[in-house]
Amino acid sequence: MDEYTKKVVNLFKNPKNMGEIENPDGVGVVGNPVCGDVMKITIKVKDDKITDIKFKTMGCVAAIATSSMITQMVKGKKINEALRISNKDVAKELGGLPKIKMHCSNLASDALKEAVKDYEKKKK
Amino acid sequence: MRIYMDNGATTKVDERVVKTMIPYFEKEYGNASSLHDFGKAARKAVEDSRKLIAAKIGAVPEELIFTSGGTESDNMALIGAAAANKKKGNHVISTNFEHPAIMNTLKYLKTLGFEVTYLKVDAEGLISLEELRDSITEKTILVSIMHANNEAGTIQPIKEIGKITKDRGVLFHTDAVQSFTKIPINVNKFNIDLMSLSAHKIHGPKGVGALFIRKGIDINPLMFGGKHEFRHRPGTENVPGIVGFAKAVEISNESDVKRMTKIRDYMISEILKIPNSLLNGSRIKRNCNNINVAFKGIEGESILELLNEKGIAVSTGSACASKNLEPSHVLKALKLPDLYIQGAIRLTISRYTTMKEAEYVLKTLKSIVKRLTEMSPYG
Repeated sequence: MDEYTKKVVNLFKNPKNMGEIENPDGVGVVGNPVCGDVMKITIKVKDDKITDIKFKTMGCVAAIATSSMITQMVKGKKINEALRISNKDVAKELGGLPKIKMHCSNLASDALKEAVKDYEKKKK
Repeated sequence: MRIYMDNGATTKVDERVVKTMIPYFEKEYGNASSLHDFGKAARKAVEDSRKLIAAKIGAVPEELIFTSGGTESDNMALIGAAAANKKKGNHVISTNFEHPAIMNTLKYLKTLGFEVTYLKVDAEGLISLEELRDSITEKTILVSIMHANNEAGTIQPIKEIGKITKDRGVLFHTDAVQSFTKIPINVNKFNIDLMSLSAHKIHGPKGVGALFIRKGIDINPLMFGGKHEFRHRPGTENVPGIVGFAKAVEISNESDVKRMTKIRDYMISEILKIPNSLLNGSRIKRNCNNINVAFKGIEGESILELLNEKGIAVSTGSACASKNLEPSHVLKALKLPDLYIQGAIRLTISRYTTMKEAEYVLKTLKSIVKRLTEMSPYG
């Protein structure tokens, strides 16, 4: 198996924005516990901006590192900007992921999109 | 601090084993088939080793063939016995709980036209003797069931299996790689016809193992060449490896087993105090070195990585750490609850494991599980 980059391992060991926002404006959950990776993202939104974001993840090194990375990438960003970030962009920001992990453990931007969807639904 | 708790993967070679091997690299390096004194010295070393290991399992020396390890022994037993007996039948019985060296060899036998019945294990990881009895047909030629499982550590009732196979006139092979020197085995008392052994799981060198082949049983060779190993396995004998293997067997002892059992039981009971944890495989019918546990809502690879950071080496059968992203067939066979199947780790201790190491591992593991659980949406 390919090795993880230093950045991935460091972020796995010291993840940022880990936790759950109380009374969030949006919640997104993706993944499947049988496959091993489940991500839950909670967001706070003000004036179309993601003012706070936290994650909780059950998963491997890659899943936890990508979760942390997406929260760092989108915090403070406008929603439409944040939605433009793909799973691939997250992996790129981490200096790459082992090929086998690209599909199954790289779900962070999907989780974010779900959280935004939830926010928009609640807004209506 | 560096703590090795992956002795099910391989073990440290005992210093006494290394010391015994060295002269056979530097001084007595002859080919055991040669007729001069160099060759005679090598031959004597090989035959003395054979005698010692054979005695340990209740066999005569001519029944023990040296191989390159457990995998080759498993392949030779299954393919060799199937090929030699195909006129009698084409049915083989095994379990869904075997080592890959058995699982994948069985797949190969299927391509040759053999039929395989896989016995299921229960939640404890044990087969049902009744199911075995019911599965034997007129076409059955071979039953292969491992002694102690490499992942879950469970011990199958091989004595009872041997009784059944003997009654029904079917060959019985067992992979005893994990149990050898840990659980007493007598091939005659247990009616075993073929048995795979390995050196590197018992503080011997890598690259050497053995296959016990009961006298009178015909199995085809896998390789063709010289007349070595009673024509079963050609190739110049790995003399230093064989000598090291025998030394490893010689120094194995019951008090090591007792100490390992004590540490194992202590670790299991301490780990099970962690909330949402469970033991994989039977607690009682369990190899003395194996601790396989699962935690809810967290993932094995992450546990492994954080333990590794603290200098602790363990292994995991969880999907994320495997090449095909599937949990191991052993964990699947045990039918773990969904939220646990990804969170399994295996700790395998050895004669060198100390209580102090066990305490450090327990303390570290507890804090890692707590941390990952806090991180998990299921925490």
